[in-house]
Amino acid sequence: MDIATFLIQLLNAVQYGLLLFLIAGGLTLIFGIMGIINLAHGSFYMVGAYLAWSLSMHLGSLWLAIPAGIVLSVVLGLLIEWLLIKRLYRLGHLQQVLLTYGLILIVEEMRGIVWGDEVHSVPVPDLLSASVPLTDTLSYPVYRLGISGVCIALAVLLYVLIQRTRLGMVIRAGATNREMVQSLGIDIDLLYRFVFALGVALAALAGMIAAPVSSVFPGMGNQVLIICFVVVVIGGIGSVKGALVGALLIGLVDTFGKVVELKVGHFRLLPELAGMSVYLLMAFVLLWRPAGLFGKRA
Amino acid sequence: MSRTRILVVAAVVILVALASLPFVAEKFTIQFATRILIMAIFAMSLNLLVGQAGLVSLGHAAFFGIAGYCLALSSPQYQAANFWTSLPLAMVAAGALALVIGALVLRTGGVYFIMATLAFSQMLFFLLHDTDIAGGSDGMYIYVRPEATLFGWRPFDLEKFGDFYFVVLALFVIVFGLLGVLRASLFGRVIAGIRVNEQRMRSLGFATFRYKLACFVIAGMLAGLAGYLAAAQFGVVNPDMLGWHLSGAVLMMVILGGMGSLAGPVIGAAALLLLELGFQSLPDVAAIQLGKHWQLPMGIAIVLVALYLPHGIARLLRRGKPGD
Repeated sequence: MDIATFLIQLLNAVQYGLLLFLIAGGLTLIFGIMGIINLAHGSFYMVGAYLAWSLSMHLGSLWLAIPAGIVLSVVLGLLIEWLLIKRLYRLGHLQQVLLTYGLILIVEEMRGIVWGDEVHSVPVPDLLSASVPLTDTLSYPVYRLGISGVCIALAVLLYVLIQRTRLGMVIRAGATNREMVQSLGIDIDLLYRFVFALGVALAALAGMIAAPVSSVFPGMGNQVLIICFVVVVIGGIGSVKGALVGALLIGLVDTFGKVVELKVGHFRLLPELAGMSVYLLMAFVLLWRPAGLFGKRA
Repeated sequence: MSRTRILVVAAVVILVALASLPFVAEKFTIQFATRILIMAIFAMSLNLLVGQAGLVSLGHAAFFGIAGYCLALSSPQYQAANFWTSLPLAMVAAGALALVIGALVLRTGGVYFIMATLAFSQMLFFLLHDTDIAGGSDGMYIYVRPEATLFGWRPFDLEKFGDFYFVVLALFVIVFGLLGVLRASLFGRVIAGIRVNEQRMRSLGFATFRYKLACFVIAGMLAGLAGYLAAAQFGVVNPDMLGWHLSGAVLMMVILGGMGSLAGPVIGAAALLLLELGFQSLPDVAAIQLGKHWQLPMGIAIVLVALYLPHGIARLLRRGKPGD
């Protein structure tokens, strides 16, 4: 592998990892702060991608589709929290798994009814359709760099919001002791409704910006959900920093697993077993640190 | 009548009804009942983990699927595998897999356990999906059902759907009885104790990790039994047999029926499969083909169960009685 190819794959890996972080970050935030294990999180990623496709068709541009899509997904998040999730706080993990599993089926079928089962592609916006030349023959698309840029900006924003603002302080306090925050006169229920909606919006936004590079298809949510579980388990459940590190690790392992060739005797291990590589990584991490890299030990 | 006597009478009545089904019902009904019994075995095996030990696994289909693949791989092409060797082989394979996965995932707990079991089953899914070890994403066909000749004696013929039903029914009764005995044994009580308070069981001197691992392996082997039977019934295995959709569905059965009790998962398996059948034959409502999109009413039913029936149907049937 020459240096240009390596650089391209490295950029791909980082871009994929950062995108995963947007989704896994919301998943771990909702779990860490609200104590909700949300299997339907991947479905919001899928909804985002379908929103990007159908809105950019109707509005004529992805630039208009994304803000509209964000508004819609926040509304969807608020609605689902108000209708269903708020009833889960007093129930156990099992009921949470059950309810959100049911939610996956509902969202998946609603998608089938509203948008159908076809695979769609979303064109890259003109402004970002250029490529950066690396060598005479190889170049890198600007749009993928744009994805990484957006993800980094959002990661920083998220960090500032949670760690450096008064609002973030209240949210963190609620994770430690809900009743206490409530009795200090803060409407924690309303606040958590917005935290949930934030998580939904992050996943949907990830779907929207990924749509031009990954295409839009049924079942894309479940695929990404499982990978995000791996990310969260590696990083430590509830840790946003862990989600970032885990997501980048998965991005690297997954991307290079598919391009590196590894042989043991006559049997080709990679890229044949690339699909397994991330799960193997998780197995090693669990053996080494059962609570993930940045998780608190029980 | 005392409660035990009611239960005994009910069990006898149900068993007689199940045993006489092939003499009165049509082929479709018998095959559907076979499917329910197989899924009931699968759900009971998961209940050993979820209801008894308090370990919520979202990857239980891995053991179900691997046993199915074992049958497919041990059947010579266009010929039958031997029932008496291929069944134990499939169950041992599922048990061995459960031993390896269990040793890893049992180091974690709570939500980590849920996600870790899910991830390991997905790992196997991709192993079978992406490589051509066993037919890749298309899976494999089992052209002939296992043959049950034992030293020249042939007690039943699995190619006959009536015989197949009775074999599954017999295995179901055996598993039900076995789990009943296990529950009442010291092992079962230690497992239940671990669910309630693992720390305390450990300070009482029980090596709780080993108990949990043993429980995980037994549950894996029984899931393997169900997977073997399912593969034999449908004559086909594919990676979806290990997929998380099935893991989720069987967990649904356990919760829907009611955890902890022996009959709960059985009721749950029957209820879920009947619901599925019912939803698939729904008419079109306002240009929406509900029959085609049957997962929509199913999803709504699941959500409602989670919210309003958190202890399942079995608890509903004995309302007013304190839970055990």
